[in-house]
Amino acid sequence: MLSLIVFLPLAGGILILFLNKASEPLMKRVALVASSASLLVSLYALTSFRIGSGAMQLQEVYRWIPSIGVNYHLGTDGLSLPLVILTGILSVVSLIYSWRIDLRLKEYLFLFLLLQTGMVGVFLSLDFFLFYIFWEITLVPMYFLIGIWGGPRREYAAIKFFLYTLVGSLAMLLAILIMYFNATPHTFSMLELIRQQPLSGQPVLAALAFWGFFLSFAIKVPMWPFHTWLPDAHVEAPTAASVILAGVLLKLGTYGFVRVSLPMLPETFKQYAFFVAILALLGIVYGALVAMAQTDLKKLVAYSSVNHMGYVMLGVAAAAGAVGDPALAGAAATALNGAVFEMLAHGVITGALFLIVGVLYDYRAHTRGVDEFGGLWSALPQYGAVTIMAMLASLGLPGLMGFVAEFLIFLGSFGVFPYLTAVAVTGVVFTAGMFLWTIQRIFLGPLNPRWAALPDMDLRERFALVPLAALMVMFGIYPKPLIDMINAAMTGIVTALR
Amino acid sequence: MTAADLWSFAPEFWLTALAVLMLVVDLFSGTGRKLAVAVLGIVGTLLVLIPISTMVAWSPRVIFYNAVAVDGFAIFFKILVAVATALVILASIDYFRAGNRFEGEFYALLVFMAVGLNLMAASADLILLALAIEFVSLMSYVLAGYLKTNEKSNEAGLKYFLFGAAASAVMLFGFSIFYGLTGSTNLYDIAPKLAQVSPAALWLAVGMMLAGFGFKISMVPFHQWTPDVYEGAPTPVAAYLSVASKAAGFAALIRVLIVVVNPQQLNWVLLVAILAAVSMTLGNLLALPQRNLKRMLAYSSISHAGFILIGVAAYHGNFGTPGLLIYLFGYTFTQLGAFFVATLLGQQLGSDDIPAFAGVAARAPIPALLMAVFMLSLTGIPPTAVFFGKYYLLSAAIDNGLLWLAVVAIVNTVISLYYYAGVIRAMYIMPAPSTAPLEEPPALQVALGVAGLGTIIVGVYPQPLIDLARSAVLLLKL
Repeated sequence: MLSLIVFLPLAGGILILFLNKASEPLMKRVALVASSASLLVSLYALTSFRIGSGAMQLQEVYRWIPSIGVNYHLGTDGLSLPLVILTGILSVVSLIYSWRIDLRLKEYLFLFLLLQTGMVGVFLSLDFFLFYIFWEITLVPMYFLIGIWGGPRREYAAIKFFLYTLVGSLAMLLAILIMYFNATPHTFSMLELIRQQPLSGQPVLAALAFWGFFLSFAIKVPMWPFHTWLPDAHVEAPTAASVILAGVLLKLGTYGFVRVSLPMLPETFKQYAFFVAILALLGIVYGALVAMAQTDLKKLVAYSSVNHMGYVMLGVAAAAGAVGDPALAGAAATALNGAVFEMLAHGVITGALFLIVGVLYDYRAHTRGVDEFGGLWSALPQYGAVTIMAMLASLGLPGLMGFVAEFLIFLGSFGVFPYLTAVAVTGVVFTAGMFLWTIQRIFLGPLNPRWAALPDMDLRERFALVPLAALMVMFGIYPKPLIDMINAAMTGIVTALR
Repeated sequence: MTAADLWSFAPEFWLTALAVLMLVVDLFSGTGRKLAVAVLGIVGTLLVLIPISTMVAWSPRVIFYNAVAVDGFAIFFKILVAVATALVILASIDYFRAGNRFEGEFYALLVFMAVGLNLMAASADLILLALAIEFVSLMSYVLAGYLKTNEKSNEAGLKYFLFGAAASAVMLFGFSIFYGLTGSTNLYDIAPKLAQVSPAALWLAVGMMLAGFGFKISMVPFHQWTPDVYEGAPTPVAAYLSVASKAAGFAALIRVLIVVVNPQQLNWVLLVAILAAVSMTLGNLLALPQRNLKRMLAYSSISHAGFILIGVAAYHGNFGTPGLLIYLFGYTFTQLGAFFVATLLGQQLGSDDIPAFAGVAARAPIPALLMAVFMLSLTGIPPTAVFFGKYYLLSAAIDNGLLWLAVVAIVNTVISLYYYAGVIRAMYIMPAPSTAPLEEPPALQVALGVAGLGTIIVGVYPQPLIDLARSAVLLLKL
């Protein structure tokens, strides 16, 4: 079943390659069917998933390259399954939004579906070799999506993204190999490596492996100071690629921290947890302040991602800081729950925000200058409502998805790093300030007559945005089912750490 | 000499007879109608896989007064050479479509060269090795300068000859020192006798020998010929040199170093590791500013030689030598494919400059897609052939405690992405000056398809190749 989730999009993509170039509607339909089929299967997987269990479920293991101990091993738990579903939702939504793409449609759809396969594959792989392959596969389509369909400086942004993330991936490859050669028997199985803790007695190698993974994940997240590729990539990327980039690709980094760094190198991570927390804090404050200074709406949302991913990393670092201290296990689990919830919340909310930017920029105003608008709510009431809701969710208004996540993160981190957390909470003020100010500048005040004739959202845009808005409210008011699922997995990880 | 001895030499006999037969057929077919010669060459070189396959399961042996080794290692290279030769002939058919009086001889020379390459990988005797290398070199000089009326091709032939002659002379001198020290030319006899030899003399011999092998594999500092020759030589020849000739050079290097010189006596591991790091870095840095695709591929092949040398330095354990063989095999498909696309585009666009490939993705979608795959494979993005080779060699480096070399290798991999992505950028991102579709000749399409499939299959399902490479290594020492 998990294999279907991974490879259905790719199968659709390959089918599209063989379709006639002229039959564009057919290609779009095939893409949408393949992508939503993957989403539906992942939802169907929920029915056979035992929510209260922290163990890996629905595992599929086949021998692949036995001479070096590589297996085709998929599995899922309360950490990865929600992320897989998020990937499916955002992919489908982005494809719907891309309905009006007409430039080189065939390549666009193929790359998009390949990207979906890569992302889902990363979340579901339980074998490091497989994990690495999927990890790298996500780079290639994103390079093309930015490079071909991007904005004016697309070539620069695309190669910068590719180079940056490749540095990280290769560092990760070295770290994986260090783990592999220190395990007896040599293995790539992530579960086996977690059980064996091959580097627990070798601090130098463990530190090397930790920093190898750290570099890779921190670039992906991106943590301050590895974030410089992000604004470029986001500003130049086409809207749908921005949604995927912010909504899912950044999560690969934080997912790696939770899935790999924390359980496999807990002692080393604990040693550097305070340092990582400081970087996270810098990301929170820096991201919010720089976002506030932006006049380009897309850049603003991009920097707000740096800010939000800082919250996630604060939660993860707090959990790492609590390793080996049974009294803090509860706090660690809470912080991790918050971090994972924030990953999902940020995926939904920022995905929506990038779509919102696209709605305004791609087909209406063709400008993203925050200061060029004003009073837009009266001209575009539906658009205004959705935007304001997403922004409020992003700044953490209670009742919406972002609040639950931030609350849990602060609650958990406070037990471990009280002073850092106290400073981080002030970051929320900056975040709130930046979004409220943005709302004010774009939607309130007198209507700029230049935009009086803009049409409100059309059907395609509503199809793309309304589901995301619904999710924000739903899990903002009633987060329990999702939290239960995440909590089972996180408790499992925290328990294994003691 | 037994019948089995003769049969173990069947591949070489077969290829020699084939080449002679091709010359005869060539005699009876007019200019521009040499297709028969080419087809004969392709079918013949592929048929040689039949006698080779009977030997895969043999226990290793030496024949002809211990001069020729018949072991898994030699057989691995025979397979590689046969595949590469057939593919290059296939791709050359369209290269000579304009009609060249000497087209038939060209194919025959390629097959003759294949004989020499087989012998290089199989030689267990310094004299035979020297002869094999000279034989291969002579063929290469002629092939590199094959376009008589083209200045650059003439330059390539002459330059290759001058560099090659000097390198061979130095190498032969190194061989003679080995003989002087031990009184034998047979590798397996030399090895035990070297234990009492003074290290200084041994260093001299190994260093001089490295000059010869380093020239063949274009290792820094014996690489200077590479860009000019690749640029000037007919593109299929450049492809063949960068793949088959390089592979055979590595085969000879490994057999001599690992069989003959004990690293405990003379620490060549560190020397090779440094040469690997320098080749990788220099090749990459020089590839960065290149505009001409063939020159870029030449510099990148220097850097790949450096990467492959990791396998020599990290030969200890289960990863080094098999990794090297796997890398070479995967690299063969990918590099050939890249050169085949270069052949196609060079002919259709009349230029090998990368900016001239602007918008090729719209004009020739399938070659462009394959070229993107080849470029990503050369960078080392999974799931492709060169990625798997790189993965294996990085493993070897870490397994051998050469972590610093692995770090140099990954830094270089990142650098190489920049120029490989430059080709993709030209094809996919830069706007096309015209939208007319490019003509894609059928033979080249087939060759490209095979190279593409090979690149992907080795990347996705490398298990059979690993088995083959591992058995090849087990037998290396006899």
